[in-house]
Amino acid sequence: MEAAMDLMRRISPNQSEMALSALLSLLPHHSTDLLSQVDQPLQVCMDTESMKEFILCEYNRDADSYRSPWSNKYFPPLEDGPLPSDELRKLEIEANEVFAVYRDQYYEGGVSSVYIWENDSQGFVACFLIKKDGSKTGHGRRGHLQEGSWDAIHVIEVGPEEEGNAHYCLTSTVMLSLTTEEKPSGTFNLSGSIRRQMSSDLSVAEGHMCNMGKMIEEMEGKLRNSLDQVYFGKTREMVCTLRPPPEGIQFRLPES
Amino acid sequence: MADGGDEPEEAAELPEKEKLEIAKWFLTNAPAGEIHYVAKDIRSVLGDDKIYEMAATEAFPVYNKAHLIVLELPDRSGDVIITTYGELDEHNYFDPRTAQVATVDHVKQVCTNLRPATDEELPSPYIEEFRCALDAELCKYVGEAYPKGTCAVYCTRGKDVEGPGADFEFAVVISAARHSPQNFCNGSWRSIWKLEFKDELQVVEINGKMQVGAHYFEEGNVQLDANNECKDSTIMQSPEDCAVSVTSMIGHHESEYMASLEASYLNLPDTTFKDLRRKLPVTRTLFPWNNTLQFSLTRDISKELGIGK
Repeated sequence: MEAAMDLMRRISPNQSEMALSALLSLLPHHSTDLLSQVDQPLQVCMDTESMKEFILCEYNRDADSYRSPWSNKYFPPLEDGPLPSDELRKLEIEANEVFAVYRDQYYEGGVSSVYIWENDSQGFVACFLIKKDGSKTGHGRRGHLQEGSWDAIHVIEVGPEEEGNAHYCLTSTVMLSLTTEEKPSGTFNLSGSIRRQMSSDLSVAEGHMCNMGKMIEEMEGKLRNSLDQVYFGKTREMVCTLRPPPEGIQFRLPES
Repeated sequence: MADGGDEPEEAAELPEKEKLEIAKWFLTNAPAGEIHYVAKDIRSVLGDDKIYEMAATEAFPVYNKAHLIVLELPDRSGDVIITTYGELDEHNYFDPRTAQVATVDHVKQVCTNLRPATDEELPSPYIEEFRCALDAELCKYVGEAYPKGTCAVYCTRGKDVEGPGADFEFAVVISAARHSPQNFCNGSWRSIWKLEFKDELQVVEINGKMQVGAHYFEEGNVQLDANNECKDSTIMQSPEDCAVSVTSMIGHHESEYMASLEASYLNLPDTTFKDLRRKLPVTRTLFPWNNTLQFSLTRDISKELGIGK
């Protein structure tokens, strides 16, 4: 399992789907561990009742069907697929609505879905998902990207309420890939995947949605920043060590 | 890291052939400088040394040639680049600079033996004059531009041409790698320039392919994969003059490419990245989580007006 996780850290994030399915077939008895520890690019499906797209993940899956957060129905239809309790469904509806606005403000497009379910410790778990296609043909408003995708997965465990406080534990993963393709400079692709955790105890006076939302917003900002500044920066540094920028070195241009 | 977890696979769920294909896929897709780590991992995941050995035997040569790895010659007289251009057979690689042939152990990535090249393996004196002059110019350039670069010039066609009147072709290979696993970072620069010396037109056609990769993996996995192709040409002159003009063209294109990579990086934060996720919302203030009631209302309105989605 450790070796499998190390492989996932080495193979290009662009090939993670292939790598994961290969590992699953080599290690069938570790499939539960692999599926829970390795994040895969998100898929979307059409809720033909609400005519809205929703995101598929392990948390809204039952057999081969997935529950849409919009109509609360399974696609393809499933007779007795599990549904959240009325109380959690209410929170889920609110979360989906608010999160869609949040998503629109930061992503200018994309699809989002939120799923909420009970857990064993009398609290609940919420999963916030965002998928953004930033390519020219997708939602890339500026048209800089030949290909571009951003998948964010936030799983937040909320403990039971105690004296007006609750414990929140957030695990976030961002997977992205961007490719620019221009005549003189060729193809330029950066892809990456990072995962971080953060916990805090917060007063529930403002409501769970407010607390979860603030944590996710802070986390997304941090992840975006480290990808941009640290991770991309490190690959750039590497390129510059391979071939230092031509300061002081002058190349003679061909005479012809 | 990859220690332990060496449990043998229970019953053969997967046909051996498929296991072999998967192992080869992981090995050949290892990032620059990381095939040994990937090999250790996949060996442990497979739990079957026989399949691993088979996969390694097939995959290492492919990886070594694709990554243009550089091996030191056993007598330390120089380096040999593992490339199809210098490949005599699967284990023997020609080093044109020292006119020697190195026997290579692909899996260990070392040279095990060295012998002088035979007369049939060497180009004619006429060709060698061009090749040698270009090699010398190129060494100077690569030495200046790449702190850890290696280059070689191979004659890929017409090596027996004795004098003016016939065409011939060279391949210039430049390989620079930097492995720094303690800093969770590896990278490589590879470029291949094909030169066609056209005797009748008295021109040299130049076709270049450059490929750059970088991997940073401290608490994450981020990879750069960039490549570019370009074309140019120059007039055919004496070996020395050809060497100078071809080298300066290569240098010019490579530094231009380097500048365009820099530009791509500089464009990231403000333009490219913004198409994925903005730093701040369109409203330019943090999201008002405390006051979200307003949204259900505005959303209903915008839905009715058909704005947004």
